Amino acid sequence: MTSRKLGGHFLSVMTVVIAIVVFFPILWMVLTSFKTEADAFVYPPLVVFQPTLENYNIALAQSGYFRQLANTLAITGFSTAVALLLGVPAAYTLAFHPTKRSNFTLMWIMSTRMLPPVGVIVPLYVIFQNLDLFDTHFGMILLYTAMNLPLVIWMMHSFLSDIPYEILEASQIDGVTLIQEFRYIIVPLALPGLMATILLCFIFTWNEFFLAFNLTITKAAPLSVFIASFKTSEGLFWAKMSAAATITALPVVIAGWVSQNSLVRGLTAGAVK
Amino acid sequence: MSTLQNSAPTTGTARPPNRSYLRQKLARPAILYLIVLTQIPVVFTLIYSFSNWNLLRPDRTRFVAFQNFVDFFTNPDMPVIIRNTLVFSLSIVMFSLIFGMMLALLLNRQFRGRGIARTLLITPFLIMPTVSAVMWKNMLFNPAFGLISSFLVSVGGPRIDWINTYPMFSIIVIVTWEWTPFMMLILLAGLQSLSQEYIEAAQIDGAGPIEIFLYIIVPHLRRYIEIGVLLEVLFVLNIFGEIFVTTTGGPAIDTTTLTFDIYKEAFLRWNIGRSSAYGVFAVILANIVTIVFLRITRSGTQQNKEAA
Repeated sequence: MTSRKLGGHFLSVMTVVIAIVVFFPILWMVLTSFKTEADAFVYPPLVVFQPTLENYNIALAQSGYFRQLANTLAITGFSTAVALLLGVPAAYTLAFHPTKRSNFTLMWIMSTRMLPPVGVIVPLYVIFQNLDLFDTHFGMILLYTAMNLPLVIWMMHSFLSDIPYEILEASQIDGVTLIQEFRYIIVPLALPGLMATILLCFIFTWNEFFLAFNLTITKAAPLSVFIASFKTSEGLFWAKMSAAATITALPVVIAGWVSQNSLVRGLTAGAVK
Repeated sequence: MSTLQNSAPTTGTARPPNRSYLRQKLARPAILYLIVLTQIPVVFTLIYSFSNWNLLRPDRTRFVAFQNFVDFFTNPDMPVIIRNTLVFSLSIVMFSLIFGMMLALLLNRQFRGRGIARTLLITPFLIMPTVSAVMWKNMLFNPAFGLISSFLVSVGGPRIDWINTYPMFSIIVIVTWEWTPFMMLILLAGLQSLSQEYIEAAQIDGAGPIEIFLYIIVPHLRRYIEIGVLLEVLFVLNIFGEIFVTTTGGPAIDTTTLTFDIYKEAFLRWNIGRSSAYGVFAVILANIVTIVFLRITRSGTQQNKEAA
């Protein structure tokens, strides 16, 4: 009995140790962002050091960082909002007024999400060049909305299906309008699901690189493209690179931590709850 | 009464028909949007794939029938690219399945610090892929200053230039680190849906941990493993940023996957026709995996409905 208890404690300690090892590169990056460039290269890594905000000042003052931050915020925000406006009503119809084709429609919607970006990048590039959408916020918002829309529909379909139809039916007999139904019944009841959906859209859009890299240059380039520029020797300024990388990654990390309980449902399109 | 109205809403008198009509058609804008933004580009890809359009020599563009598709099979680089794609995606999925399973089993117990451990463990999945790539490349894999080299040298080991000596292995390490949390979360959800009573009953019958794992846990997790593996295959096949940042597909074509080759064909050689043809293969491949995925998830929901 006691040996089993001891074994249990050992496993618990091991889990925490593994978690710290896995997390260590991130922790180290965050610590490095507060060091001077000289301290950043000291081995063994300094744990106690004089912290400085200098790197953040430099990273943020760097020409373009704020613009690319603004680009990322605008593109992420608008594409998530439009995807919700189109996707939540679609999920409503598919969940509460299904037809024979609804199942197929849902699967087709899923397949659009699984479309490999490399399969469409060439025509997108050509079309964007011809329609003056290349390197514009509008073009990126159009695309990211299409990327987020299947996610919104599948997730909201999964969450709305948990709402008993009788509630809607009762209110419809009382004569509520569609707008009222959404405002006073659907949105309040599905609010946790809605929040989780928003956070997932935010995570995917913020981190997206392939489309942004090929369809923007400077004017509408988001932070993922900016960070990739550290691939060259510039990356030897560890402290500055770490500062830029830390503030770029932080919003999504927080969003993910907050939404970790519904992360699985969103990632598997509701197949796993 | 209510079911009657449901099945035949147009004949129901309790609800004005026009209101019901609107409620039934709300999926149309979204479907239309997805058709325009995702299906039309695929049609264009197909059209381009039959031409030799090169943006550097647009004046020579003509219809070449299946030449680009034939090139796919006769291209001397293609066996290497296919092998890279297989090694890359299969090893990442396999490693993240093994590590994800171990971590999920460890996390599926009650102990102090469990929440924090889980939060730390999912973080690599949330970090922006290009951030992960520049961080691993510069701060961990760098031969002169990187943490791994510094550590190895300090204990008397060799100084290894990871990215140049073992390029594919290095990228697999980075992406496995990023994607293990994904598998872990899916398997953990599966483990939490397994009733503890089965395991206790097996223990009473004298089953050891290995027998319980093989004969109770794995069969229960089968659907979760299938979903996790198929989704991860779909995502990993599309990986671009990590390869671009670390090796740009090199040295030579040693880390060029199909995705990365299509990019090079399109945006380094501006060969629109050929990259479109290769893109068609990528779409077909993804569709096959998606169909298998949808089959599994749909049979799963039907089982659930029957059980309920």
